[in-house]
Amino acid sequence: MKRPNKDSAEGNRKMTRRALIVGGMQAGFMGLLALRMRYMQVDEADKFRLLAEENRINIRLIPPARGEIFDRNGIAIAVNDPSYRVTLTREDAGDVDMVLDRLQSLITLDPEEVERARAELKRTQPFFPVTIADQVSWDDVTRIAVNAPALPGVTPEVGLTRAYPQDEDFAHVVGYVGPVSDYDLSKLEAPDQLLLIPRFQLGKVGVESKLEDDLRGKAGARRVEVNHVGREMRELDRREGQQGENLQLTIDARLQAYVQARLEGESAAAVVMDVRNGDLLAIGSAPSYDPNLFVRGISVSDYKALTENKYRPLAAKSVQGIYPPGSTFKMVVALAALEDGMIGPEDTYYCPGHLEVSDRRFHCWKRAGHGHVNLEKSLRESCDVYYYELALELGIEKITAMASRLGLGERIDIPMSAVASGLAPTKQWKREARGQDWVIGDTVNSSIGQGYVLASPLQLAVMTARIASGRAVSPRLIKKINGIEQPEGAGESLGLNENHLRQVRRSMFSVVNNRKGTAYGSRIIAEEMRMSGKTGTSQVRNITAKERAAGVRSNADLPWERRDHALFVDFAPSDNPRIAVAVVIEHGGGGSSVAAPVARDITLQALYEGEPPLEAYPQKDRARARELQSRMRDYAPDTGSLKSRA
Amino acid sequence: MSFLEYNVKTTPSGIRKVLYLNWPLTVLLIAVASFGFLMLYSVAGGSLSPWAEPQMKRFVLGMVVMMFIAMVPIWLWRNLSVVAYLGSLVLLLAVEFFGAVGMGAQRWIDIGFMRLQPSELTKITLVMVLAAYYDALPLNKTSRPLWVILPVVLILVPTYLVLRQPDLGTALLLMIGGGAVMFMAGVHWAYFAAVVSAGVGTVAAVFQSRGTDWQLIKDYQFRRIDTFIDPSNDPLGAGYHITQAKIALGSGGWTGRGFMQGTQSRLNFLPEKHTDFIFTTLAEEFGFVGAFSLLALYALIIIFCVQSALTNKDRFASILTLGIAVTFFLFFAVNMSMVMGLAPVVGVPLPLVSYGGSAMLVLLAGFGLVQSAHVHRPR
Repeated sequence: MKRPNKDSAEGNRKMTRRALIVGGMQAGFMGLLALRMRYMQVDEADKFRLLAEENRINIRLIPPARGEIFDRNGIAIAVNDPSYRVTLTREDAGDVDMVLDRLQSLITLDPEEVERARAELKRTQPFFPVTIADQVSWDDVTRIAVNAPALPGVTPEVGLTRAYPQDEDFAHVVGYVGPVSDYDLSKLEAPDQLLLIPRFQLGKVGVESKLEDDLRGKAGARRVEVNHVGREMRELDRREGQQGENLQLTIDARLQAYVQARLEGESAAAVVMDVRNGDLLAIGSAPSYDPNLFVRGISVSDYKALTENKYRPLAAKSVQGIYPPGSTFKMVVALAALEDGMIGPEDTYYCPGHLEVSDRRFHCWKRAGHGHVNLEKSLRESCDVYYYELALELGIEKITAMASRLGLGERIDIPMSAVASGLAPTKQWKREARGQDWVIGDTVNSSIGQGYVLASPLQLAVMTARIASGRAVSPRLIKKINGIEQPEGAGESLGLNENHLRQVRRSMFSVVNNRKGTAYGSRIIAEEMRMSGKTGTSQVRNITAKERAAGVRSNADLPWERRDHALFVDFAPSDNPRIAVAVVIEHGGGGSSVAAPVARDITLQALYEGEPPLEAYPQKDRARARELQSRMRDYAPDTGSLKSRA
Repeated sequence: MSFLEYNVKTTPSGIRKVLYLNWPLTVLLIAVASFGFLMLYSVAGGSLSPWAEPQMKRFVLGMVVMMFIAMVPIWLWRNLSVVAYLGSLVLLLAVEFFGAVGMGAQRWIDIGFMRLQPSELTKITLVMVLAAYYDALPLNKTSRPLWVILPVVLILVPTYLVLRQPDLGTALLLMIGGGAVMFMAGVHWAYFAAVVSAGVGTVAAVFQSRGTDWQLIKDYQFRRIDTFIDPSNDPLGAGYHITQAKIALGSGGWTGRGFMQGTQSRLNFLPEKHTDFIFTTLAEEFGFVGAFSLLALYALIIIFCVQSALTNKDRFASILTLGIAVTFFLFFAVNMSMVMGLAPVVGVPLPLVSYGGSAMLVLLAGFGLVQSAHVHRPR
């Protein structure tokens, strides 16, 4: 059945039909494509345009320069130094290994760092500069610059790093900065974007840490156009950041240097305070350490040496060390008794060398006893029994209340790390903290600054300043932030009877200037500068019956860590007090023999705002004073010139 | 119908044939290719090298090939169909061999002056052999099962070989293109309905089985399918590319960001910006106006092909022209769907615009056949 014509015609018709169906489907699909195009390019254009801009534009932060720190006279304590690092860019280097070998023959590189850099170079984009060496010396930078043609891709880059030109002197006060750690970030709820910049430095300890927000500054930003791998194509615009705020401390760097030098060799702390306005002129703690080591990243062996030193160089003993104040606490008890009206200055107690309290015998330091003792004699010769008697009558609560008024057992608000509150004990405290009832023996112990009473050198300085001024002087460490004077700490009147205060001050004058005084040997000769003070020797152990029987009494016979702490507090000039000083020498022995000369030397230095005349010292101390003076002349950062840097 | 029925006298001969070419189609091809040159110049950052110049040379070569094929009588091409089809199968097998010993996913073989992708060639030869088959097959046998199975085999053999390369995009294109030719040749619609519903049913069954005891494929295979369908599952790989492509396209707006001003392509956010994703650069720089213009040019090419096919009384010529038009349509439809996020990313270039010699040469050869059919149509 062949009907070619009909067959063909029918076939043609069918094919036309089918072709039009397919064509229709194609047209439909093209319509869909056109609609999709319209939807994306017209309706959603803004959204995609925004995404394209986000792709193209990167915001790069510009780290601000950290605020610098100066002493009260403008001597630099913490500054930003240019630091050089050497980077290598793979695409410019060509043969990375060859360039690294050449670099290694030119300057000394840490092989570990080089290995790390090699791995990083393989991983990162070829245009990304990888740091080969950080903290490179200027000599090495010049050496690289001279050989630049042979070192393709090697660039010395300059940045800022923190430097502490006074080295060890301010380690405890100002502290140091270091790279941001994960731990630092975990402490913050919404960390500043700046902290995520590699190698960004953050205050870790001390003022650097406590005033981090003022010092850090605000980040600037650059808007740059980048390509798909993040290579910067061009800068679109930039907004400069805001430099961190400069700080001026109340500390006098020269005095601070002197204090550190004077304390050298001891495990000790000293605080010098301006009685009139609370300015802290020096806060010494020995031994110290070089904060610059921490900025660069301290080596394990150096760090181990610091932590294993029994003198604990890392601790700021001036504020975080708390010690039984010993006899320096006697002013508190005396004032409490005078204010209470319980005694007058001429009332006497008899000291036979000991006092029996509820079957227990409390000794006076002088076994033979002081005989009849009035207020002046009690302080001058530091009679213990006098204060046992006062305390028994006063009770602990009144003593503690007076201690609090004078700044003991209260947290002092200064921007240093781990500032300790000390302790002025109460019955309630003992019940809560120890779960024991207060016993009468505790009161007796407290009366001579033993037992539970604890104070930091800073607190002792505050106490002394308050006795000297009669006002609630509070310490000030920051003089100016960004040029703006911070409030002074002169304080309101304590509301104590001026007559009582005068009695106590006069007694303290006798301690130093009366031949029988415990600190007579450490007096100031210069008439108008004479100081008043009080010695303290606080036990860190109980003398066991066995020891007593064996006759071990002398500190020199005991191992270092069981010897008594030596303390001394003073103010000067006695007529018109300007300076208050507290010195604690850990396990130093006696307050009068060990702490008082140190305090006197520091007081003189502070009073003369520099080198005191030798005539101000007692004859016997002049040779040694001269020797230290000559040593300080090479060392002191006077006239603002900075110490040579390592 | 055979060529003997042609009125040889009315058919142009010699150099006069040139006058009888489908000139509108030729102009359209040049216009589309020019879009390509412009964009290749742009993505190279305003430079003829490395892409625009070689592309122009290849286009000229392609036009010469097209002219040559157009001058050869269509019946000669019909008689060569089976040979061409078998030849391309041999080349596919050759790739299989060289691929095995060579670099793994090798899809091309080097023939000296250029690299030839047999899978591209197969798109044309498959259409040729199917057109010749339906030209030879009496109409009343078209829908008989036995005579339906044969063309299905003709389609599936090269599809299988391409799938093994592996080149899923081309394999799909071959199947759909071949299917479309069968449909237009008049195979009963019930076959297509059956295939479509079977396909849908299978896919549905596979996905239904997910997470049940009778799961039909392995979990990792499902995950691959997920990524294929929705590239955002793989944000750093395929997902990144398609996202960047959409951003480029969408940010063009009505009139685009201006010639050579597209940030997405200039800053290299766009992947494959000179090949598969070149349409996004066009859309970014010339906006909706530019992108729609290209689509319109493509549509006109299809229209001229269909018009030529439907006015041609020669059955081989008609089916061949329609088949090549469908193949061409599938190229740009799949490519555009892909870059606009309507279809998964499969490696299909934008015809005549994307950089690449093999695809362009093969397409122009295909249009040479269309021209030949036009020139030598019975009058």
